Amino acid sequence: MSEVTMRVNGKSVSGQVENRTLLSTFLRDSLGLTGTHIGCDTSQCGACVIHVDGAAVKACTMLAVEAEGADVATIEGQANADGSLNVIQQAFQDHHGLQCGFCTPGMVMSAAALLKDNPRPSEAVIRKYLEGNLCRCTGYHNIVKAILAASGQSVDAIAAE
Amino acid sequence: MYDFEFERPESVTDAVTSLQSEGAMPLGGGQTLIPTLKQRLNSPSKLVSLTAISDLQGVRLDGLNTIRVGGATTHETVAKQAVQHYPALADLAGHIGDPAVRSRGTIGGSLANNDPSACYPAAVLASDATIVTSQREIAADEFFDGMFATVLEEGEIITTVKFPIPVAANYQKFLQPASRFALTGVFVAKFNSSVRVAVTGASEDGVYRWSEAESLLSADFSPVALDGAHVSPDSMISDLHGSPEYRASLVKTLTKRAVVAAS
Amino acid sequence: MPKDSGIGVSQKRREDVRFLTGAGNYTDDINVRGQTHVHFLRSEVAHGRIDGIDTSAAAAMAGVVRVFTGADFEGVGGLPCGWQVTDRDNNPMQEPPHPILAQAKVRHVGDPIAAVVAETYEQARDAAEAIKVDITELPAIVNMQSALAEGSDKVHDDLTSNLCFDWCLGETDDAKVQAAFDEAAHVTTLELVNQRLVANPMEPRVAVGDYNRASDEHTLYTTSQNPHVIRLLMCAFVLGLPEHKVRVVAPDVGGGFGTKIFHYAEEAFCTFAAKECNRPVKWTASRTESFLSDAQGRDHVTKIELALDSSNNFTAIRTNTLANLGAYLSTFSSSVPTWLHGTLMAGNYKTPVIQVNVKAVFTNTVPVDAYRGAGRPEATFQLERAIDTAARELGLDPITLRRQNFITEFPYATPVALEYDTGNYHGTMDRLEAVADIGGFAARRAASEASGKLRGLGINCYIEACGIAPSNIVGMLGARAGLYDAATVRVNATGSISVLVGAHSHGQGHETVFPQVVADMIGIDESQVEIVHGDSAKIPFGMGTYGSRSLAVCGSAMVRATEKIINKAKKIAAHLLEASEADIELKDGVFSVAGTDKSVAWGDVTLTAYVPHNFPLEDLEPGLEETSFYDPANFTFPAGAYACEVEVDPETGQVSIERFCAADDFGNIVNPMIVDGQVHGGIGQGIGQALLENCAYDQDGQLVSGSFMDYAMPRADDVPFYAVDHSSQTPCTHNPLGVKGCGEAGAIGSPPAVVNAVIDGLHSANHGVKHIDMPVTPARVWEAMQG
Repeated sequence: MSEVTMRVNGKSVSGQVENRTLLSTFLRDSLGLTGTHIGCDTSQCGACVIHVDGAAVKACTMLAVEAEGADVATIEGQANADGSLNVIQQAFQDHHGLQCGFCTPGMVMSAAALLKDNPRPSEAVIRKYLEGNLCRCTGYHNIVKAILAASGQSVDAIAAE
Repeated sequence: MYDFEFERPESVTDAVTSLQSEGAMPLGGGQTLIPTLKQRLNSPSKLVSLTAISDLQGVRLDGLNTIRVGGATTHETVAKQAVQHYPALADLAGHIGDPAVRSRGTIGGSLANNDPSACYPAAVLASDATIVTSQREIAADEFFDGMFATVLEEGEIITTVKFPIPVAANYQKFLQPASRFALTGVFVAKFNSSVRVAVTGASEDGVYRWSEAESLLSADFSPVALDGAHVSPDSMISDLHGSPEYRASLVKTLTKRAVVAAS
Repeated sequence: MPKDSGIGVSQKRREDVRFLTGAGNYTDDINVRGQTHVHFLRSEVAHGRIDGIDTSAAAAMAGVVRVFTGADFEGVGGLPCGWQVTDRDNNPMQEPPHPILAQAKVRHVGDPIAAVVAETYEQARDAAEAIKVDITELPAIVNMQSALAEGSDKVHDDLTSNLCFDWCLGETDDAKVQAAFDEAAHVTTLELVNQRLVANPMEPRVAVGDYNRASDEHTLYTTSQNPHVIRLLMCAFVLGLPEHKVRVVAPDVGGGFGTKIFHYAEEAFCTFAAKECNRPVKWTASRTESFLSDAQGRDHVTKIELALDSSNNFTAIRTNTLANLGAYLSTFSSSVPTWLHGTLMAGNYKTPVIQVNVKAVFTNTVPVDAYRGAGRPEATFQLERAIDTAARELGLDPITLRRQNFITEFPYATPVALEYDTGNYHGTMDRLEAVADIGGFAARRAASEASGKLRGLGINCYIEACGIAPSNIVGMLGARAGLYDAATVRVNATGSISVLVGAHSHGQGHETVFPQVVADMIGIDESQVEIVHGDSAKIPFGMGTYGSRSLAVCGSAMVRATEKIINKAKKIAAHLLEASEADIELKDGVFSVAGTDKSVAWGDVTLTAYVPHNFPLEDLEPGLEETSFYDPANFTFPAGAYACEVEVDPETGQVSIERFCAADDFGNIVNPMIVDGQVHGGIGQGIGQALLENCAYDQDGQLVSGSFMDYAMPRADDVPFYAVDHSSQTPCTHNPLGVKGCGEAGAIGSPPAVVNAVIDGLHSANHGVKHIDMPVTPARVWEAMQG
């Protein structure tokens, strides 16, 4: 067992883990942050996407011990300080960008990483960026629409179709 | 996965020492190794993380015509930092896996794994790059040794990859729709006196140089130069996603497209 | 002023807030104190005889609580099949046992052989590796034709063959059918494969079994679309437990698409083992296990013949289908290639003679059962591919040929056992032609060709039978369950309402939509209505969510129960207002006496119901709570017309979807935003089937595409924005909301549209390709173009 310490959603946390413990397991089982989901075992579905030191990573493909000293952000820390939905979350609700909700935390975290680097991405850029996030419910239509809306771009043309 | 010891040294020397114990393996970004461990397909006694070694990080220009990429540099970093110096390489790095994979996966990890469908081996081979390790320098032509195999020895770490910068270059990746590795990928690099063409994803022997195309393109760097070229389907990969004949056809099509894009 | 609440309004989903903040409660998020973990040792061979299992080393390993094998389940029932199909000679189907853990034989890769319960997951997995299983590998039976060949090895030694049943629907007189073909002016024949798919909801299956020794009560938390069905099957057929001692909870479920309808061995195991070990037992599937243990979908091989007279009227359809059932009969497997498929072969067309022949076959592969659409996509694909082929062969416009043969008068009794209550197929086609701008296609094709691409347009129509289903009819057809649903409307003293429903929401938005209906009926704010679902201890016995049935069946029960509430509340109001009940009107949550200014508010009536000081106790019971069980009078028949435009790269065979338009008739619509979303999702899965997804086994029965590395799931950049239109509406005639169901339409209507478009594109460059089987991969397109 090793002791790990990291900042998660702005708070310092520590815990005992095995070296083989995945970061996703540490978040879910040790910290009870079950919003980070596990949908595959080949690092493809993206339901576990979080931010480590500002970059989108798949929490299921990183060891907890590798996150020693890191700054970790998960879906649980995304809402505004008053508990209301942030811009991206609100756009997902406004545009019905989720159905079963299982891929949603990863989608929101990926969208946040995209918009940080590219505040007004085109539809094509959004679709390409979501290459590592699978959704089985929405056919992606309303996810892409939500991210366009969250970046302040008009979705009327799409809505009119 | 099976449990293992874990170390995260801060220098290459310490890493080499750590890797001397029986069954120790280096851990780059882990984007291939960790899924493999989850499936219990590998059981290292120790993982030595290379991500805390600052000497292995980053892209820098070395003289006018070479860039050096640290062995533990992530794909995302290469995509951003190589773009001014070697845009075709940056573009390739920016299309490996997906954004989350690119923020962890490293060039050294990719090359050491030598997945027959990976992108980086094509860039390294076509660029005539040199792989600098903790022990020696290895020419790209000597480095790859068939599917999932290289000439790296146990405990040998890729510290730097030196890429000569071509006059023009382009990588064409045709996606395997599930894994999004290359179903077939072709990297064309044009230097002053020669052209090198490397193919990934197609051959059962892993990445290789298409010498017929190289000589045709060295004489005439245009897609029509390849019209009469023949790609044999012999020893091409056959799987759910494509037959040897299909891959052979892709090799030619993608090479032509790379030439057009590079011109 | 437009309505801002109630029926017809695109209310944002209330459930989204918890999903968007990581506060959902999925089964894997549930951990019970003292919990153990189970790992299943699964067969690595497709077919084998178990000669011995030695668990002694495993049992002695660190953390191991207990190791189970098939021997521990002797005397315990197997997993039942919920639908008994009878063959063309009225004999019941062959029905082999389906043990919880393999007995004597393994029959597919992934068949569970043993289970290790341990303190941690990794310990369970470590110990499973120490189990020694002595297996004699037997020849794998994978191909359906070979499985039916004389002298084939058998998947189940005790059955007479690998044929589960040989079934026929429609015109059973072969001579009469043949005569129709003999008289035809043109016959189109097509052989095609509807490939096997994996449903792959993003949440893998999970089961947590808990047992309370003091009360002798079991709780199973499971990823299910229908907790009551699981409880019934598990109690009555598998474990022999009294239902009142078993609670099944399906909390937030991360997508189902059919594959979470069925009762699975792991659910029964965790329930059983929790008592045996006197510890909670948790199982979480890895995606790899999902590929090897979730029931898969489709897998039909079909020959379809379509006869037309000299005026291009359809005169006869004959189909011969081999349907793969896999190694065992999953819960509703037998109904899919039969009653959910054969009955849809009339499609939207008046064809007087139809004969559907289906042979269902056991193979050494993962069981096959319902996947979004379930039988209806298979029917639609054959029919619509055949019609498109006929149009091409005859040089006809595919829309004109379809329109000419549309059913236009309702009700319409098909030759394959259904009665369509209503529809307007010209109406949806009109909408499609407008939305898809069919007239502009030629210019778009020219633009594509100018950039070196081929462009094709594919049209498709579909009909489906939803709102499953009238219990008396399905009972006659072999269903071993009723298919009603139930709702309890519980009005609280202060006027807020809890609606306890049998339907389960795992993405469909019931928590938002159902309150829109109840609130609209009473005239109160939607926030005053809450839906309770997914817990057998709380809800009335309902059959759950599948077959696009939730609103049409459970919603109807909810409407009926709400009507009872309103009727009783009116009586109370009449008493309070000292008026005749007949004069009481309810509007905007206020009861008033017609023609007067006397009124009493909803909240005062509900309070009176629970504080009955001034109450007609001699005529009425206090309280305000009503339950309805609703059994539909017929199926519902959503229908529509779809158009797809593709570009094909002639050098690589790569197909890209450039435009996709859907015009559906779902009858009345409660929440348009959610209906759009359901159609988008169905189209996404349909495009996945058409272009990407392929669950393939090799000749040894190994699953070749057993992970997302080889099973190609549609991604955001594989699909375009879709245009959907629901403005052509013919309300269902027999349920109180006039709704039809929208969950499966997209997955049914889209695959033929895509394939028709690809074939059209290839023909535009004079590639005389008749058909390409799905998935239409670049390699397949390229090979077809090579001739």
